[in-house]
Amino acid sequence: MDRPVPPASGRENQAIDARRIPARRRRIKPSEALLFVLLSVGSLLFLLPLWWMISTSLKSPQEIAQYPPTFIPNEFHFENYIHTWQAAPFTLYAFNTLMLAFFAVVGNVVVNSFIAYGFARISFRGKRLWFSVLLATMMIPGFVTLIPQYVLFSKLHLVGTYYPLIIPQFLGSAFYIFMLRQFYLSIPKELSEAAKIDGANHLYIWARIVIPLSKPALAAIAIFAFNGAWNDFLGPLLYVNDEVLYTLQIGLQSFRGSVQTQWNYLMAGSVIVLLPVIVLFFLFQKYFIEGMNLTAGTKG
Amino acid sequence: MKTNAETLTQKKKRKKLSPLARREELQGYLFILPWLVGLFGITLFPMLFSLYGSFTNYDVTSRMDFIGLRNYTRMFASDPLFWKSLYNTLYYVALMVPLTTIGSVLLALMLNERIAGMRVFRTIYYLPAVLSGVGVYFLWIQLLNPSSGLINTLLGWVGIPGPAWLSDPMWTKPAIIMMKLWGVGGGMLLYLASLQGVPSQLYESAKLDGASAFRRFWHITLPMISPVIFFDVVTSFIGGFQIFQEGYVMTDSGNGGPMGSLLFYNLYMWNQAFQLFDMGYAMAMAWVLFVIVLLLTLINLRMSRRWVYYEGGED
Repeated sequence: MDRPVPPASGRENQAIDARRIPARRRRIKPSEALLFVLLSVGSLLFLLPLWWMISTSLKSPQEIAQYPPTFIPNEFHFENYIHTWQAAPFTLYAFNTLMLAFFAVVGNVVVNSFIAYGFARISFRGKRLWFSVLLATMMIPGFVTLIPQYVLFSKLHLVGTYYPLIIPQFLGSAFYIFMLRQFYLSIPKELSEAAKIDGANHLYIWARIVIPLSKPALAAIAIFAFNGAWNDFLGPLLYVNDEVLYTLQIGLQSFRGSVQTQWNYLMAGSVIVLLPVIVLFFLFQKYFIEGMNLTAGTKG
Repeated sequence: MKTNAETLTQKKKRKKLSPLARREELQGYLFILPWLVGLFGITLFPMLFSLYGSFTNYDVTSRMDFIGLRNYTRMFASDPLFWKSLYNTLYYVALMVPLTTIGSVLLALMLNERIAGMRVFRTIYYLPAVLSGVGVYFLWIQLLNPSSGLINTLLGWVGIPGPAWLSDPMWTKPAIIMMKLWGVGGGMLLYLASLQGVPSQLYESAKLDGASAFRRFWHITLPMISPVIFFDVVTSFIGGFQIFQEGYVMTDSGNGGPMGSLLFYNLYMWNQAFQLFDMGYAMAMAWVLFVIVLLLTLINLRMSRRWVYYEGGED
């Protein structure tokens, strides 16, 4: 990774160096070396918490209490994970969470793209007004609607079910609609005009032309929606009270009550809950970045 | 008279659409229908209901009597916990927004250079940003442990005696902000994307004119990425006022931590609504929050005219 820094030298030496070193091997400036060191130290600091989580999850309770703390466990207690997995119904929690995440992904990808198509490619009266309303709703903090939404769902006798968590996923999210609309505006009109002349309606154009063209953007939304559902704590905390319906987040929180200060088990539980997101991140990093590019693209 | 009649017919013409245009219009509304249902069903209607509810003593099950402004006067005049929770939230937002913004801009600038291992660096700095939820809070409770935690161990190496973090009311909020700074990679990626959109000719011609690195940053980079900074500031502002989970999970089942130092606005509202079932009061709190956030966002928008640069004029 790091190339050897050539020794500081006079003009003659430089001339010799220039001949010896292939042209593409440019000299490293001191500022670049400094930046490299700085970033290396920084990334160690950024990774250390994750290392700490894994190492604590493998320690014995005695070793956790030890002072000063050890960075690498003296003994590796892999059975901590088995114990954790058996101490609470994590399999059930994982299944529940995956189900909710599935609906979140399907809902967000299909519905937001559908709505965004309407805003981007169809002209109808009142569109500008509705679009500014859409932008304005982005400024409403979620907590403002939280309580009346709870009242609404409780009047519909849906508290204690998954419906309050699933239904909103199919009603569009202002931010994703906005993002996709900007993207759809950039698709050349000629593509859809040609199909229109052939008698295609909007549904057809949306499904057969626009969706295939926006796969990377939709993949980004799918990943963000999955991540959001996986990490959602507030929703299940509010609407779910039966342990059979607990998600990983709620399950982990209640697991804390049963193991109290046994941090090896708590950290093992945290690793179990966070690991799928980390794996997802490394598999689909491209789309995380795609999503960010789209977000940046909507500004300016 | 004549002109009046003319405009009238024109208006009629505009209202009467050809069958084709009408079909188009119908399809347009069909496409945005799911959003309209959500807008009225789970946003506007609930908000109106909560506006009325904020003037009542609603408790979900039995009573909903109109009590006028009593919820609001109680909040402002005789509820010290309301003020405490508002103070905690403002404190958090006022520190978190500038720190994460500056942090992510600086990180993005560093990660925009072409040096060895840059892809790996970017991945490492971004990774914590995708992690959130209870697992992360548990991890940080562990990291912030005054005696055996990682943070105070590291501080000890450089000779700084670390504070008691989550058990010292003075240090609880800085501890939460530190945790947020770990996730600074999300904003970094946003800035990185916009930095790569700055045309390189601008830098080249500035270099020819002999502009220093700092001047190039101040006069080219900063104006060019200012729309993204503005967007990031506005969204993290609104996001900052949503803080709840940190206070709920990182204190003992939501009691607000040592001396109520982590009793954030939403946590207090939550307790009023779902512990005490004082829904009327909680709804009044929600509306006060909405007005505060709206006002601050408008101030933000107004101030943005002074420092946000839009290429090719304002949109």
